[in-house]
Order: sequence, then structure tokens, then C-alpha cells
Amino acid sequence: MRYISNTPAQQREMLARIGVGSIEDLLARIPAKARLSRPLNVPAAMAESDLVRHLRALSALNANVDDYACFLGAGSYDHSVPSPINHLISRGEFFTAYTPYQPEASQGTLRSIFEYQSMMAELTGMDVANASLYDGASSVAEAALMAHAVTERNAIVLSKGVNPLYRQVVETYCEGPGIRLKSAPIGDGATDLDALRKAVGSQTAAVVIQHPNFFGCLEDVKAAAEIAHAQGALLVVVADPVNLGLLTPPGALGADLVVGEGQGLGVPMSFGGPNLGVFAAKQELVRRMPGRLVGATVDLDGQRGFVLTLQTREQHIRREKATSNICTNVALCALMATIYVSIMGKVGIRKVGELSTAKAHYAAEAFTKIPGVRLRFTAPFFKEFTLELPKSPERVAKRLMKEKILAGVPLKAFDRAQKDCLLVAVTEKRTRSDIDAYAAALTAAVA
Amino acid sequence: MHTAKPGYDKLIFELSCPGRHAHSLPECDVPVSDPAQLLPKEHLRAAPAELPEVSEVDVVRHYSRLSQMNYGVDTHFYPLGSCTMKYNPKINEDMARLAGFARLHPLTPEAAAQGALRLMDELSRDLAEVSGMDHVSLQPAAGAQGELAGVLMIRAYHLARGERRTKVLIPDSAHGTNPASTALAGYSVVELKSEQNGDVDLLDLERHLSDDVAAFMITQPNTLGLFESKIHQITEMCHAKGVQVYMDGANFNAILGITRPGDLGFDVCHFNLHKTFTTPHGGGGPGAGPVGIKEHLAPFLPTPVVVKDGDEYAFDWNRPQSIGKLQAFWGNFGMLVRAWTYIRTMGPDGLRAVSDNAVLNANYMLKRLEGDYDRSAPGPCMHECVVSARRQKKLGVTATDIAKRLLDLGFYAPTTYFPLIVEEALMIEPTETESKETLDEFCDAMIQIAREARDNPQLIHDAPVTTPVRRLDQTGAARQPRLKWTPPATT
Amino acid sequence: MANVPADLRYTKEHEWTKLEGDKARVGITAFAQEQLGDVVFVELPKVGAKITAMKAFGVIESVKAVSDLFAPVSGEVVEINAELPKKPEVVNADPYGNGWMIVIKLGNAKEWEGLMTAGDYEKLIADAGH
Repeated sequence: MRYISNTPAQQREMLARIGVGSIEDLLARIPAKARLSRPLNVPAAMAESDLVRHLRALSALNANVDDYACFLGAGSYDHSVPSPINHLISRGEFFTAYTPYQPEASQGTLRSIFEYQSMMAELTGMDVANASLYDGASSVAEAALMAHAVTERNAIVLSKGVNPLYRQVVETYCEGPGIRLKSAPIGDGATDLDALRKAVGSQTAAVVIQHPNFFGCLEDVKAAAEIAHAQGALLVVVADPVNLGLLTPPGALGADLVVGEGQGLGVPMSFGGPNLGVFAAKQELVRRMPGRLVGATVDLDGQRGFVLTLQTREQHIRREKATSNICTNVALCALMATIYVSIMGKVGIRKVGELSTAKAHYAAEAFTKIPGVRLRFTAPFFKEFTLELPKSPERVAKRLMKEKILAGVPLKAFDRAQKDCLLVAVTEKRTRSDIDAYAAALTAAVA
Repeated sequence: MHTAKPGYDKLIFELSCPGRHAHSLPECDVPVSDPAQLLPKEHLRAAPAELPEVSEVDVVRHYSRLSQMNYGVDTHFYPLGSCTMKYNPKINEDMARLAGFARLHPLTPEAAAQGALRLMDELSRDLAEVSGMDHVSLQPAAGAQGELAGVLMIRAYHLARGERRTKVLIPDSAHGTNPASTALAGYSVVELKSEQNGDVDLLDLERHLSDDVAAFMITQPNTLGLFESKIHQITEMCHAKGVQVYMDGANFNAILGITRPGDLGFDVCHFNLHKTFTTPHGGGGPGAGPVGIKEHLAPFLPTPVVVKDGDEYAFDWNRPQSIGKLQAFWGNFGMLVRAWTYIRTMGPDGLRAVSDNAVLNANYMLKRLEGDYDRSAPGPCMHECVVSARRQKKLGVTATDIAKRLLDLGFYAPTTYFPLIVEEALMIEPTETESKETLDEFCDAMIQIAREARDNPQLIHDAPVTTPVRRLDQTGAARQPRLKWTPPATT
Repeated sequence: MANVPADLRYTKEHEWTKLEGDKARVGITAFAQEQLGDVVFVELPKVGAKITAMKAFGVIESVKAVSDLFAPVSGEVVEINAELPKKPEVVNADPYGNGWMIVIKLGNAKEWEGLMTAGDYEKLIADAGH
């Protein structure tokens, strides 16, 4: 067994030193009736080459985005992943290390997380960002719990523009603490501000909007902030950090917390996980933040060093009174994002946004020229838009699959009010010919 | 006395040079490229984000240098108790990167994701078999989320039976995520005193069991590394009062193929794939925390559930009693591929060899160390041992000091100060992938430190001196938190 | 050799309190700050807050631990030590003097009588193996 170094001879030596005859003697505390009396019924061991063949075949059954033009979005995006990322994160010292409990031997991890925190704070326009949470959805849930703890109020108002899958996760997390969720509808594609104003009251801990929202539309973050703050509630903005290279950061518009999914920052889509939960806050909320934080300090010689800090808020010390139950962050994904932002840099990250929105607008224009195909909403959009189709979106998508196009997400399962709609995302990776091919295929599919 | 080291001490921001770039993006191939013509002006950043401007060479050199400041399993023995720092197989990495896995969008129509769904179905069956459970959800992102899912399912189960129980019992030796997850699920935590060896105090348990208790949550083997031998009695006592029993699966490495939580009477258990099942620790994550349950909890599983119909796989969303969702999508699929690959690499005999060798290695170390360090309990341990630096504390040398000295001697330190019930605890988990030679080197180092504690404690107090930084000011970091880079003030 | 001023009263949660007319000044004891280690943060209630005896009125954090602060008596907070959020180390340096935390206007004078004397508190911390 190539992962176990000790030979039978060495095992015998060790048993002799311990003073027992066999490994069975070491298991004596386990009652006989607890013992499994047969081998595990899992498939027989496979040699490496057989395993590779088997998994390649399994992988080939999936429509990957190297072979298909991907216009799917809704919280996971086919943005470019620059080549150095995989090489660097595969260095064993990064990916086989664990949580930096001994900071002196973990400065690599700690420094890269400090860089990550700095980059997320800068992109979101906030004072501080944590070392990451599991994913965008659970980050929204953690924001809701934090708002509840900070304001001591019991209701959260979520715009219908927030990803419905995120809302489901928020519901699950709010179950135990008994926090009530209320909705504010979308009007022309963005949150209906009058309805929002009516929904927010003295028991509202936070207002949650997504910007751009699930349907791709841009929100009026400043107005939402005013509505929330007028009632003493926090404003939580759910944002995709990739977009914030170009878009005005929510921190500049009055957000108290900015959370979201950072997968677009160089993390593979990987069928939905692992992901990267971004969480950023204003300075006065820093001690109430969930998750790990890395801080700068000095060592005994006065040399700069980095440590996990403010740990007493976390589960391993505060236990049932912790800010959250979270233990691990997603350090390796945060490292991917850190390297991505370093590679894209000040100029590149803005360009990613520019290309994505330019191509999305070109696509929307091309597709809406097709008779019967319209934009569902009138609000401005960024890199995703909602198309209303004259034929079943599921059938249209199925037809376009034959042309090696992943056309978009049919919305019926997410929101019955949009049952004739397809959510289309366009990133910088989609070429003009990808988009023209889609337009041609769509023309045929709805004719 | 220490040697001055010319350390690497740059942050990527400090390498920034205006005009340098590392990105490679195509030119815009559509007619209108200026966002100001496409979007209302107020949505566009007035000024670009203040992010580094570096070349690709800068990036590669910087992160390569940072990596060299880390100890990892690939380079060092890493006996962090409770974390199972075993070897991370490279074939797992190759397989997770196959295009049909890594570059697969989660909302790909199910008919075009059959390979992924099949892998998930097979992994959940493998984990169910390994644990003796009836169903496994692969959705939770890590152990703590698995715990939350498990406790929420227990809650839903009681509510469905018309009972509103308010308490969960947890031993004082438990990992902090246990009470934290329980509180998050809306329960009051009642802490039970363990016996000195970490065993459950049956009398204390009996006193606390009532029809207001929803669950009893324990780790098996316990956090002192000992198998709780009264487990059948415990689960029977709990079930007699309608209390559900939860197993924290952090210590699964000790029991693979030897015993199964489902056979011991547990109703729920979670797995830490980044522990027993070799998915990489990544510097602190991502993990994956699938949760296994018995049949009576099936209606409450998180949605969606992967179902098999003939040869076809699909997501079943029609689960009216489900506790809901923990992540936006289906689980940390990239980690699931690695765990699946590991299980197929090992097979039934290989998995059994894991626990045998994990137990052997830990007991060998305990034997070699017991002359110099206090055992926390008599008798053999399982896959990890907890020793106390009580004797060394009397000489002024703490568990922290010992940990720092180990770094100088070329080892990552064991877990310290956990479990809370052992004074100056050092929790040592070698795992099965380490060789006798490595174990001997580590034990030799520990014995050397015990001797130094008597003869030359200053050496230990000064440690570490060979690492990129020496001991760090934690107090200053917490009093004046500096949590992001700020450009130096220009004079 | 414990540092337990005789003119103060104490709680079993290691708070001290000093009677000042109809008010009570509150802080944590020398023993408590020693157990905690370097204090990094103190969270205090707002002036005007109503507090209840033996319920938490704030939180104190060190690098390795965090503890609730328990009110010895009930009443209204009339003063808080604004120095502490900026310089939490004062709690370590001078727990009975500049490290004071809040001043409570007593709601019920009888509660004062029920507090532990210096002698009783000394016994408490001696028993704790200090």
C-alpha cells in the first residue's frame, strides 16, 4: 500500500516495543459486538492507470466548458483562470499545510491571507474583510445572523433580486435563532424601492440586496442604504467581487456589510464547489465578524509577522457564544483569488468587467433582434440578463446543447414569475463568434 | 543566541510598479467596448481599485517564496491531533482537475452532468457503507456545517413528532464547533463532565437525560483518543428517552473498517473529508463535511438529494420536510472527487490498513514518550494520544514552549491545549502514512526537549529561532488590529 | 499574598465593587486580570442602560479567552470608563483604580449587603488553587 510506509517487519518491531502481540490487542477496549465482522463492502482497490481510465470516462460524460460555450451564470461563472494559479497553489507547502496555529511556521499562508483580506476590502470598498467563509450563500446567512446579533432585532428583509438559492440557505441558518425573513419585490428588474420602504420597520435587523442582482440587473445601492439606515437597520450588499474592478464598490454607497461569491476570482467552477465566501464589514463591526482574521504584528526582534487574531470570538474558544460555528475557512480558494487579483492587477480586473459587460450588451442586442425574443426587464444590466422566450426555455436550451452551447439557466424552477425566461451570462471568455453562433442557433430554435 | 536570517519580507502590494502587468486578456471584439456608453455613469468606479501592478515573474517568485515559509505535510511531519494530517495523494489532484469535473458549471442540465451525479451517488453509498448509515448528504462545506445539518435534522425530526425539545448534551471534552453548531440550531447547550480519561460519566448522563433533551453529541473515539466502550449502553439510554445520538466523525481515522457508528447506535454522524479521506487541508480549507443519517431522518435531508433511476441520475428537489440548504449548490464537488478517488485507490483492505496503522503508530509514540511526559489516561490509545506537559510546567516550560522548540527541530507541533480537560495538553496524531523512522525522530526530539527543560530551559523559551519569524506579539495584534495593507504615508 | 482591597465588595465572578453614596463603581479583580492574561478589548454598555444583578453587562477579551462581565447589583449605568476601549491594558495595570469599568446607580440598596466581603473573596480564590 503505497501510502503506508511501515513494512510488516517494522510493524512487528513497533508492537514489541509497545509490549503487545498484535494490533488487535490495541483494540481491546472496543466491545466484540461493536466490531465489524466482515470487510467493508466498498469496491475493490484499483490500480492507478485503471482509476484514471475510469474517471476520464466519467468526466467525459459531463459537458465541460472547454468543449461547450458557457452562457450559464446564476452564481457560478466561466471567467478566465490564469495559468500560474494552478502551479502556485499546487506547491505542497501551500496545499498540504493546515490552519496557521503555529504562526512562525505558517507565514506563507498568513501573509497570503493578509493580502487576500486587503484585496477584498479594496474591491468592496469596506474597512475590513475576513479570511473567507464557505461560499456566497452562507456568507449572506452569516451576515443575517450578525445583523441580528448587533441590532438585537428579529427580521431580515431580502430583495427578490437576491439569488433564490442564497435565500434558501439564509432560511436554513435563520431557523434555529428564529429570525423572520421578509421579501421586497423587484419592479423593473431592480428592487422596488417603495415596496422596500414599506417592508422595512423597527424590527428589521438588515436589508439584503444583490448588486448586480440574480436577474443581472444593477440596483440603487445608495437608495437602499438610506431606506435601511432610516430605520436603524444594516444594509447587506451581495456582490460578485470580479465585477467590482469596474463597478462602484458597495462600501462607497453605504453598505454596512458586503458579502458574496468569489468563485469568479480564479476558482474552478467544479460543479458548484468548493467556493469562496467573501465577507467584508465596516470598522466598527470588526469584533462581531464571523470567520478567521489575520493581523499584522511584530516578533521578538521587531520584525514584521502575521498571526490569526481576534480568535476569542471563534468557536474553539467562545464555543456556544461564538460569532459563528465556522472552523475552517477556504484558505486554498482564497489563495487562488489572491493570486488571480495579483495577476489581473489594477488594470486587468477592470478590463475583465469591461469585456464582460461589453460582450453581454452585444449579446443582448443580437438576441433581442430575433422575433419573439425580448429582455424581460428594463433596468440596466451588467454581465447577465434575463431573456423572455416565445418557446419553452428548457427546450430551447436542450436544442442549443446540440450546437455545443450551454445557453443559460431556465428560471421556472427558481421563480415562477419568470417561467418563460432564460438567464444568460456573458464573460470575457465568450468570443464574438460564440455569441453570433448562439444568435443563429436561437433564431432557429424559436422560429 | 540565534543567527540573523535574510528573510523574505514582502507583500505583493510592495512589489507593485506602475505600468507592470501580469494579465493576458483579449482585445474587445464587439463594436461597443466603452462601459460609459453601456451603463449609467454612477455605477462605474471613479478611480480603479488600488491593486498591485506586477509582472507574471513577480507573481510566481513572490508566491513561491511565500510557500517556502510554510511547513506542510509534503515537507514536514505534522502531528496535529484531531486534524489527521495524513499524506495527500497526488492522483487525487489530477482527477479533480479533469475538465469534466473542474470545468463543469453546477447548473449544467442533469442529462449533461451524469458523470458528476454518478460520482456523487457512489461516494454517498461508499460513505454510508463505511459508517453503517442509511443515507449520506454530501452538501455541507466542512465539518462545522455537517454538524449544523445534523443537528437541524434532529430538530426537524422532533418537531415532526410534535415535540419541542430545547437542550443538547455535549461533553466538556468536545471540539468547540459542537456547542457552537448546536447553539446556531437554536438549542441550549448542557455541558456534561467527562471522566478523567474522557469517558462519558454515565451517572451524569442519566441525571440529564429527559424528554426535553433533543440530542447527545459525542466524538468516538473521544478527544483523548480513547474508544468509549460503553457506547451501546449510552445509545440505548438515550433512545429510551427519545434522545438522538450524534457522532462527531473527526476521529474516523481510528475506526475505518473496525467499527461503524451506525452499528453502535448513532443516528447521525458527520465526516471530515479533509481528515480521514485525504482531501488536502489547503492551509485552512476548503474542507467537506458530508453527514450520514439513519432512515428515520431521511425526510429531513438537505435539498437536493441525488437519486438513481435505472442508469440515470438526477437531483430530487421534491423534499417538503427538508431542512433546506447549507450551500448554494450541491457540495464541495472538487473535494468529493478526491475522496472518491481515495476510496477506490484503497479498497476495503487498504481502508482497514489505515486504521490499524494509525492506531499502531500512535501507540508506539505513546510508549516512547511516556517516560518523559504524563499520559492523560491509562491503557492503549487509538489513532492519537494526548500527553500532558505537567512535569515540564513545574520547570517553567509550557506546552506552547515545547511546540515552538519542535519547530526548530524540524517538526510541526502537535495540537496544544485541546482537549480543555487535560492540563498543558499535547495532542499527537501521527496518522498511518508516517514511517517508524519519522516517529522515532519526533520522539527523540520530544525526549531531548524534556531533557532541555531540566538542563537548559532558556533554549526552549527562546524558540523558535530558525523559522522566518520568532515568537509574535499576539496581544498587540489583538489590541490594535491591523487587518489589511495600507500604503506607507508619504512624507 | 492576594491583592484584595478590604474596603471593596466582590462577586463570585471576580468583579469588585465600591460603594460611592447611592452609586456603585465596578471593575474586575487583580486575580481575574491575571487569569485572563493581557486584556485586548473591553465592551461596555451605554450610559443609561438598565442592568440586573448577576446578568452580563459587557464582555472582556484577552488573547486566549473571553469572559462576560457580571453586574454585582441592579440599577442604571450612569458612567462608563471611556479610556478602556482605547487602552484595555489599563485593566491589567491598575484593576482597582484606573481600570474601573462602570458606575451603577443602585436600584436596590439591599443588594449591596448580599455581596461577598474581601475575606470571603480571598477564600474563594485561595480555594481555586491560586
